Amino acid sequence: MATSTSKYAYIDCDPNLCVGCQLCEYICSFTKTGEYNSYRSRIRTVRVDEVLITAIACRTCENAPCVIVCPRDALTQDPVTGIIDINATKCDGCAWCIEACDFGAISINPQTTLAEICDQCKDEPDGPQCVKWCPKEALTLTTPDQRAQKTRRNLISESLNIPQKATDPK
Amino acid sequence: MYGYSGKILHIDLKTKKNWVETKPEEWYKIYIGGVSMASRLLWENITPGCDPLDDGNPICFANGIFTGTPVPVGGKFGLASKSPLTGFIGDSLSGSWFSIALKRAGWDGMVLHNSCDRWTQLFVDDDRVQFNDATYLLGKGTFETEEAIRTKLGDDQIRSCTIGPCGENLVRYANVTNDGRQAGRTGHGMLWGHKKLKAVSVRGSRGVKVFDPKTLNQLSYDISKSAQGKYTEKYRVYGTSTGLLNTNAMGVLPTRNFQEGVFEDAELVSGEYLDKHHKVKVIACAQCPIACEQMSMVKTGPFAGAMTGIEYESLFANSSNLGISDMRAAIKLITISDQDGMDSITMGVTIGWAMECYEKGILKKEDFASKAHPEGLELNFGNGDAAVAVAEMIRDQEGIGKLLAQGTRIASKVIDEERGTETYKWAVNTKGLESAGYDARTLKTFALGLATGTRGGCHNRSAAYDPDMKGETNRFTVDETRGRVAADSEEYAAVYDTLPLCKFIRRCFTGKADRAGAWPAIAKLINATTGWEFGYDEVDLIGVRACTIKKAFNIREGWTEKDDDLPWRWKHDPFTKGPSAGVIVTDEELEYMKDLYYKAKGWTEEGLIPKELLIKLGMPDVAEEIGV
Repeated sequence: MATSTSKYAYIDCDPNLCVGCQLCEYICSFTKTGEYNSYRSRIRTVRVDEVLITAIACRTCENAPCVIVCPRDALTQDPVTGIIDINATKCDGCAWCIEACDFGAISINPQTTLAEICDQCKDEPDGPQCVKWCPKEALTLTTPDQRAQKTRRNLISESLNIPQKATDPK
Repeated sequence: MYGYSGKILHIDLKTKKNWVETKPEEWYKIYIGGVSMASRLLWENITPGCDPLDDGNPICFANGIFTGTPVPVGGKFGLASKSPLTGFIGDSLSGSWFSIALKRAGWDGMVLHNSCDRWTQLFVDDDRVQFNDATYLLGKGTFETEEAIRTKLGDDQIRSCTIGPCGENLVRYANVTNDGRQAGRTGHGMLWGHKKLKAVSVRGSRGVKVFDPKTLNQLSYDISKSAQGKYTEKYRVYGTSTGLLNTNAMGVLPTRNFQEGVFEDAELVSGEYLDKHHKVKVIACAQCPIACEQMSMVKTGPFAGAMTGIEYESLFANSSNLGISDMRAAIKLITISDQDGMDSITMGVTIGWAMECYEKGILKKEDFASKAHPEGLELNFGNGDAAVAVAEMIRDQEGIGKLLAQGTRIASKVIDEERGTETYKWAVNTKGLESAGYDARTLKTFALGLATGTRGGCHNRSAAYDPDMKGETNRFTVDETRGRVAADSEEYAAVYDTLPLCKFIRRCFTGKADRAGAWPAIAKLINATTGWEFGYDEVDLIGVRACTIKKAFNIREGWTEKDDDLPWRWKHDPFTKGPSAGVIVTDEELEYMKDLYYKAKGWTEEGLIPKELLIKLGMPDVAEEIGV
């Protein structure tokens, strides 16, 4: 991994909590297309082996390489939220943005053959639907700073051997 | 039609031709999906009376009604063929991505006819069917095979049903595996191996549409949140293995090949011990918000590194049932069965039978000689190292592994004929299917459920251990209610197996798992998905119809009332210790309960199905063939 993330919020997945159920993909594709289809989801679960499981969506990099690399200037980044917008009339599906993305967070829509990316459900009143639906609360809308704080907290509780939430009965 | 495509894909493995069959909506309302639809597809496509390994025995997949939607735990499919292990219906259920990929590819079901002429990896890429050479996959384990296919075809969304070395080597109880889940029990893997079918892969790129997505999303969201609470706590926190201490306390934990019902070292092989010492992570099937799969690893000793998901049934069969108190050996055994692709219950129970043969002097040390152990093995109860070596011999069909790869019914018959012994007395199977982890001598309603079960002694198809263990019935005796209780339990389970929904969700709809609690909620899900108008009665009929088509299949394959029997040991050989000591199921009790069961089902005294009942259930063509 190369690109540094930034001050912007992004959808983060805690691999210790993610169980690989893919409900995030269902609700994402439904919210964006009206159908349930992983190939149309802007968040993707990744199962590297039986237990190494997580989900990845756009990390809203500062000076995002996908924006810089686009030969048709179809990608723009909101200076306040960091959310990337893909202009469907300018995009021609050349996939340079996909090559530039260090996180594999951009996909080509198989129907339109244009690029698609997570927009944090900015038009939904209750925010990112994947975060709302995640049954294990593995997904959060978080900033790099908040993520670091969480890691520090987890580190302390692990070293003191306090049970983690994943195994705690609710 | 919503929720279904209306299309079944047929593929001839021999001619490599494929064709599409369309089914009317009325057909779906009768057979729904899962085990019921798979069994119906088998009914329609098999050559009746054929040997299970004949080309006339097809492989039938049936998707679920909720597969590919956000309905929790609905990502499952049914798989049916005539079972090489029992000779009757082999209907299995498996979960996760494969079914979803199949749905997105646009198929409600799939029927594979005949056999391949060389090892094949079949690839269904939406509408396209490809026959790929599978030589590069031979010898690979199940998970490894799936990964190799994804790498070769270059898409991590490709999902595969595979067989491992056990299926390739024709172990009679080999499984078909997908996404780390097993379509287990009745030997599908052997049939696939015989057909030289190493894997069936699917890529589905289309979306799934439902009738009323807004309602379906809301219902799904609520169930998904409810599934994080107390209703599923037992599954999420310790998994099903947490039941082991309970069955031990009741004296029904099969121990040393069902010789006793209590295990002195139960604590050491309990779900709680597993959680503390071996658990790595809890994972879920696709579309499941519960997550019950307790991925567990051996960290020390000769089996270090072995890792798989541990369930109660796999655990009892490979720990207490073998007298093994070292959890590491149990995990290793289950890892072999999962990764190399054979049924962990049948494997454990078969090794248990061999251990008893060894302790009784019928099988000798040298009988267990192999390349790795030329001097043989001392297969005493409790010897985990020897059990692991035997499991590997079964997988590789080496030495006595060839015999043990046939399961206890055939293995005991061969030994008894060869040596004049009576080892059938401790071959614990019904209809050839090795029994699950609830000893039925003192769970008498469950004993009835196992005896009458269409796929043999299976805890998934009959859940009648539940009323027995909860004290809703007197588990030590029989009475006139048992026929109804066993039939109800079987039909209740069949509703879940047909939709299919995982049974672990059953309390999350309303807090109550009974019909009154679950059926109206399930009807709402069905209606939002399909636009149908199902109510309580229609949901209830789903289970009745599923059991009926499976039974009808067995009748056409030559079932008679004598096939509904129990293992010799349960009828003659009581436990000597524990709270269940001194009790057996007598022949009189069994016959009495069978009569009650056939009556409760509305069948004849011989257990055959009347024509008018079949017509009433919407199966006139079945009535024509086997109705009386």
